Amino acid sequence: MSQFAQEGLADWAAPILAGAVTTLQIAFAAYAIGLLLGLVGAASRLSPWAPLRALATSYSTAVRAVPELLLIILLYYGGSQALTALMNALGVAGKVEISGFVTAVGVLAFVQGAYMTEVFRGAILAIPKGQLEAADAYGFSPMARFRYITLPGMLPNALPGMSNLWLILIKDTALISVIGFSELFFTVQQAAASSRAYFLFYSVAGLLYLLMTLTSSAAFSRLERYVRRGEPDISAQEA
Amino acid sequence: MDFSWLSDPYYQESLWTGLINTLVLLVVSAVLGFTLAVGMAMARIKGPRPLAWLASGVSIVMRGTPLLVQLFFFYYGIGRLLEGIPGIRESMFWGILRDPFFYATLTFTLSVGAYSGEVLRGALLSVPPGEREAGRAFGMGPFQVFSRLWLPRAIQLCLPTLTGEMILLLKSVPLVSTIAMMDLLQVANIIRDENFLTYEPLLFIGAIYLVLTILLTLCLRQVELNFPGVRAQARSGGWLSRLRPAGSV
Repeated sequence: MSQFAQEGLADWAAPILAGAVTTLQIAFAAYAIGLLLGLVGAASRLSPWAPLRALATSYSTAVRAVPELLLIILLYYGGSQALTALMNALGVAGKVEISGFVTAVGVLAFVQGAYMTEVFRGAILAIPKGQLEAADAYGFSPMARFRYITLPGMLPNALPGMSNLWLILIKDTALISVIGFSELFFTVQQAAASSRAYFLFYSVAGLLYLLMTLTSSAAFSRLERYVRRGEPDISAQEA
Repeated sequence: MDFSWLSDPYYQESLWTGLINTLVLLVVSAVLGFTLAVGMAMARIKGPRPLAWLASGVSIVMRGTPLLVQLFFFYYGIGRLLEGIPGIRESMFWGILRDPFFYATLTFTLSVGAYSGEVLRGALLSVPPGEREAGRAFGMGPFQVFSRLWLPRAIQLCLPTLTGEMILLLKSVPLVSTIAMMDLLQVANIIRDENFLTYEPLLFIGAIYLVLTILLTLCLRQVELNFPGVRAQARSGGWLSRLRPAGSV
């Protein structure tokens, strides 16, 4: 123990809260991009065009078979090199520098997209075929069919998977600390190392993540009640 | 792309060690974790109130926080607290208590226990009570009913989810490289540092994981297909009928 005044929780509260905000920003951005990637991926997996199907299948299979931490490190170090090589090949000289935030969001979104592809694919396949055929018979344009039939039809099926993926994403943001970007857990690690109060700071980190996941679960179950409005209540039927 | 380091016998040996450490951690925490899962599920269904609360609390915390944070909490948080206990460095447990493998196993066991315990609890509750009553009527004791009827039936119901948990566990193993355990990723990081490489060893490890995941999936599918009662279920069009073509049972 040193003779100097010990740094405590009060000294680190502001940086840790700022880290928590960064974590949430990363999570929201990665989730939004992941949703888009997932929709595109699911559409490609269900497309009639075989090369597109093969591409989407290999994306979702390979990404889901490799550990997230490994992917994050690999894409972080390999990604900027690959981008530089690509830009040089296109005739743009120089080195591509990507900011930590963009890398974090990009990597997590890339991983989320693969899992989201499978969630959406399953949810779209679960829509009764007759409903889609009815839309075609009424002369719906593809966009209108997606907006009025596919989307509301698949949301109740997709939402449990989407909620799971959001919770996984919040927990995966902690992995970003490994590549040295100062989100919540990286800040906590610095706080713990400099104050030597490891137990205290890692407990605080756990509590903050718990707060985020519990709030999200509650929000998602409200959302699920909303998208399932009008469906028969299964528990009431059994009673 | 530079893969010349692969021919170095020293690195080959390190990679084998990394692979073995990865697999040992996987198997040990899977076995311990599943045992804990059965205990936690039963504690929440039938246990005395305080035990049920404890199990729910552990389950919520372990499922609501990142595994990486848990690893740091146990290894650095609890580990440093233990270090402060006078006399512990001289005790016989110190060898275990400073080994990252111990903390990795502890964390993964609790994590598997929490996630699989939740799955198992749902499955145990969905076994029709009539089957357990039939066991009682045949003169089985409560423990026999549990070990011969209730648990096997529950496992049968949630087997695909449980095997999915094993795949997730395999993919969590690289996290232990952050607490200085010699797993595959840690070996890859050492090779990167010593050879000034950025991504080649990572690609190699990625390929190993791809193969491991596929192998584990195939093995677990065999377990699923050979689990007692599953063949009959597949014949009658249960969830497994999708796995094999009709009439091949």
